[in-house]
Amino acid sequence: MKPSLFDYCSPQTVSEVVSALSEDPGAMILAGGQSLVPAMNLRLASPTRLVDIKNVADLSDISISDGVIKVGAMVRHRDLELDDTVHAAHPLIREMMHYVAHVPIRNRGTVVGSLCHADAAAEMPLLLLLAGGTVTAVGPNGTRDIAAAEFFQFHMTTSRAPDEMILHANIPVLPEGAGYAFHEFARRQGDYAIAAVGAILSVDGGNTVTSARVGACGIASTPVLLNRVEEAITGSTLTKQSIDDAAKVAGDAVTLPDDMHATTGYRKHLLSGLVRRVLAEAAERATGEPVQ
Amino acid sequence: MSTRMFGAPVKRNADAKFLKGEGAYVDDIALPGVRHAAFVRSPFARARINGIDTSEAEAHPGVIAVYTCDNIGPLDIKMPLLIPHESMTDAQTQRPLARDDVYYVGQTVAMIVAVDRYTAEDAALLVDVDYEPLDVELDLEAAVKDDAPLVHATHPNNVAADFNQICGDPQSGYAEADHVTRIQIQVDRSTSAAMECRAVAARYDEITGELIVWDTTQAPISVRGGLASILELDEDKVRVVAPDVGGGFGQKVLLFYPDELLVPFAAMQLGSPVKYIEDRRENFIGSTQERTQIHMIELHARKNGEVVALKDFFLHDTGAFIPYGIAVAQVASTSIAGPYRIPNIEVRFQAVYTPTVPVTPYRGCGRPQSCFAIERAMDQLAEELGLDRFEVRRRNLVTEDEFPLVREGLLFADGLRVSLDSGQYHKALEMVHASIGADDFAARQEAARAEGRYLGLGLAYYVEGTGLGPYEGGHIKIHPITGKVYVNTGLSGQGQGHETVFAQIVADQLGVAVEDVILTEGDTGAYDWGVATFASRAAVVSGNAIHKTALLVRKQTITAAANMLEADPEEIELRDGAAWIIGGNRNVPLAAIATATNPLRYAFNDAAQAATQFAPASRHDGPPLDEGQHPGLEATDYYSPECATWAYGVHAAIVEIDPDTCSVEIQKYVCIHDCGNMINPVIVDGQVMGGLAQGFGGALMERIEYDQDGNPTNANFVDFLIPYATEVPEVDIQHLETPSPLNPLGVKGVGEAGCIAVGATVASGVADALKPFGDHKFHHTPITPSMIYDAISTG
Repeated sequence: MKPSLFDYCSPQTVSEVVSALSEDPGAMILAGGQSLVPAMNLRLASPTRLVDIKNVADLSDISISDGVIKVGAMVRHRDLELDDTVHAAHPLIREMMHYVAHVPIRNRGTVVGSLCHADAAAEMPLLLLLAGGTVTAVGPNGTRDIAAAEFFQFHMTTSRAPDEMILHANIPVLPEGAGYAFHEFARRQGDYAIAAVGAILSVDGGNTVTSARVGACGIASTPVLLNRVEEAITGSTLTKQSIDDAAKVAGDAVTLPDDMHATTGYRKHLLSGLVRRVLAEAAERATGEPVQ
Repeated sequence: MSTRMFGAPVKRNADAKFLKGEGAYVDDIALPGVRHAAFVRSPFARARINGIDTSEAEAHPGVIAVYTCDNIGPLDIKMPLLIPHESMTDAQTQRPLARDDVYYVGQTVAMIVAVDRYTAEDAALLVDVDYEPLDVELDLEAAVKDDAPLVHATHPNNVAADFNQICGDPQSGYAEADHVTRIQIQVDRSTSAAMECRAVAARYDEITGELIVWDTTQAPISVRGGLASILELDEDKVRVVAPDVGGGFGQKVLLFYPDELLVPFAAMQLGSPVKYIEDRRENFIGSTQERTQIHMIELHARKNGEVVALKDFFLHDTGAFIPYGIAVAQVASTSIAGPYRIPNIEVRFQAVYTPTVPVTPYRGCGRPQSCFAIERAMDQLAEELGLDRFEVRRRNLVTEDEFPLVREGLLFADGLRVSLDSGQYHKALEMVHASIGADDFAARQEAARAEGRYLGLGLAYYVEGTGLGPYEGGHIKIHPITGKVYVNTGLSGQGQGHETVFAQIVADQLGVAVEDVILTEGDTGAYDWGVATFASRAAVVSGNAIHKTALLVRKQTITAAANMLEADPEEIELRDGAAWIIGGNRNVPLAAIATATNPLRYAFNDAAQAATQFAPASRHDGPPLDEGQHPGLEATDYYSPECATWAYGVHAAIVEIDPDTCSVEIQKYVCIHDCGNMINPVIVDGQVMGGLAQGFGGALMERIEYDQDGNPTNANFVDFLIPYATEVPEVDIQHLETPSPLNPLGVKGVGEAGCIAVGATVASGVADALKPFGDHKFHHTPITPSMIYDAISTG
């Protein structure tokens, strides 16, 4: 479990990072290193060059403007999780981040690194998708914003070009008055989810759902929005029955085959159960009272 | 007298070092000029080797040597069969480096020695091995069928051993019975997963001719003996040291692992120190594992639940080789009747070769499997006869007036008879009944079900033969300058707390503070008679050896002090590091006594000067040392148990199943435990809790996975699930102390106890909780969420 030979560089500017990536197709960016370094030790990843971005200025900034939380490429999980302004703007973030591995890993791992790693069972990609966020990529030809749905292509595969660097993630704040919730099940605390579900619900005065975003990770090759659940719940009045009905249609979104931690049948069952819990909790937060 | 230390909750005296990161593990031993080893390992579960080309690896910059079976001289052998047994024919053991064939993924094929481990791993990838893959069968039940591919052509049906044992008269027992309960159970494979993987370092001194080997082994004296024998060196030219070791759990008992021979060999051949630090993946694919067994057990009972005969047949997965003999299966088979009277027993097993990592004992050593078989069968019997689960056990538990209960015909792993020597089995059952709240549980379960919540009560009893022989020794010497007490024993520690409990035993006899007793173990340069650390035996065997030795040194000390103080020995007491006239304030420190008992004494220091103020330590009517007398305060003695001493315990749990996540929450867990007299209750609690944690892993999470081609698919800590602290519930551990009648200290072993009954207890609880969904037995561990889902969805 020792990595194969690699070069290392530590550029000072974003343009140097992009140059380093362009020069060497085998180069990879090192941010928190919490996934990359173990993968290198197992020789599952063998970058020819590590481009360490810790000395690039301004990448550790978190800012909120125009209803968007901007998270720089070197922002550690723990910094985002503990940021009270972020928490006030989008309380779902802290709730989800409690499930990201363990504190020592969150102390070093970065949010953008997790997005780029794009594990299909990870929480941060689901957060970006659920919130309708984007990432800002910079490459030899300039910058572009990539929507979450387009960014996550497959398990551990994104639409970032090899010579692009993700500068920051852009997460819209929670819509005013919306209810939110997140539930996850893993066999051990802090492990990748067997399934996890998040929801953001807006309701009108009559407890009718005006908009719903419901997403899941751990069930397919990328995080996914549970469109059938969203359709079932949108426009309906929040009751235990309407939530049960919406949860029942969740299972079909599971496309993973049986694996060592879960059969597909179990995963569908689990997903439905989590959707029911998440919708009930989000509904309670949106309406201020338990669902009847 | 000072306060008795035996039984006191003395703090572990080595913890500060470990917690501050000041331990010295094999990888911490500074060896200037050290070279690093890495292995080429088989990527196939079974293959023929048509050729090995090492030329590219040898040419790689930084590579010092590349070894295959062709250039390791005396090591191109089948490694030893540690415990031969009549039930095995032509038992197969591994070669240090494969010759012609490989038998599991991970088997060592070549060894690279290079300037650093990075280079060695790079070069390992350059060794070109021409493999011809062969068919394999991974399923244990399929492996014994006539058409199954063979692991070893020498062994039809892959059967490595076939052994039948009979106690009493099973046939008449079957005839007497009114009812037969039959179940099949399975326990899956796990691994010790010690925090420190295995490691070996070696240095050969050409001037002195001494080979020093640092090894994470649990058996340094045996490794020394084997190395000297195989390398044809005098034993006193080979020193094996087990320094601080981060957990063993049985995996580090086996000798030899290939590296334990090859690293010393390379150090001698290359003239520079060599070390091999196993990484986690290698530990998963190269170091031994345990647990897979499939039992078909029958309980033949009267209508009242009294079991008159037990019949069990089981398959035991021994992996690709059987270097440790049938120990695991033998322990399982002889523990099969648990704490129950059951007078007639017929137990047979077949040990089966599979193309997987070899199997040797892992904490529990067959007991978790046999406990799972008998306890799940007892639950089933209770259900079939309409009896309460506690009641069916009450009707079969051995009573106090029945001890010792000898199971004639069953021979334990030490080759000696199974004799349940002592205990309070019924009292323990009533304690767990009360503590778990069994009386009102049915009502709570009913009420919870009405709310859509699923509670279950789990119960399992276990016994554990501990403290196996053949012997251990103790050596004690009181230092002439400081008066500190130095103690040696031959086995070695991996974090258990030997340095604390052995010090307590000695402190009581010599009247010194626990911290002034210093233990050195696991170093053949310090002491080299003994066996090893396994079978929950350190406290029993070394503990009693050290106790007996301490009595000898106590007598020497009192005799010498009496002479010095010109008093009768009966007037002397040892306390506070000195010998005192009872009831007076005249005393002489142990340092002075130790000095005075050496007839050659220069006045190097205050203690020596003080010694001259007293009358001589020996009488003046002969030579300074009488015939047969030795200088100093020092003794060696041994303890050799007549047979194992049997500890026991009973667990109960309240579990709740979440029907959405199909997960098991352990709401309450009670462990009643009896290991005889406790030397240190803090350390006993730690041992029991550590065992419980591994038990929860086995019950709910840990399973070594192989695909159908024999590739391990979860050989890492991401996918092989060991419970974190967050997954281990609080446990209410309560002790009974029934002294063992078999040894002077009245102690029984505790190292393995905690893990044995957890799988059976959890399964019992889960099955109870899910009764509303139909007849689901949970006769297979680990119990996964998918298994619970299957039960819920088909109910």
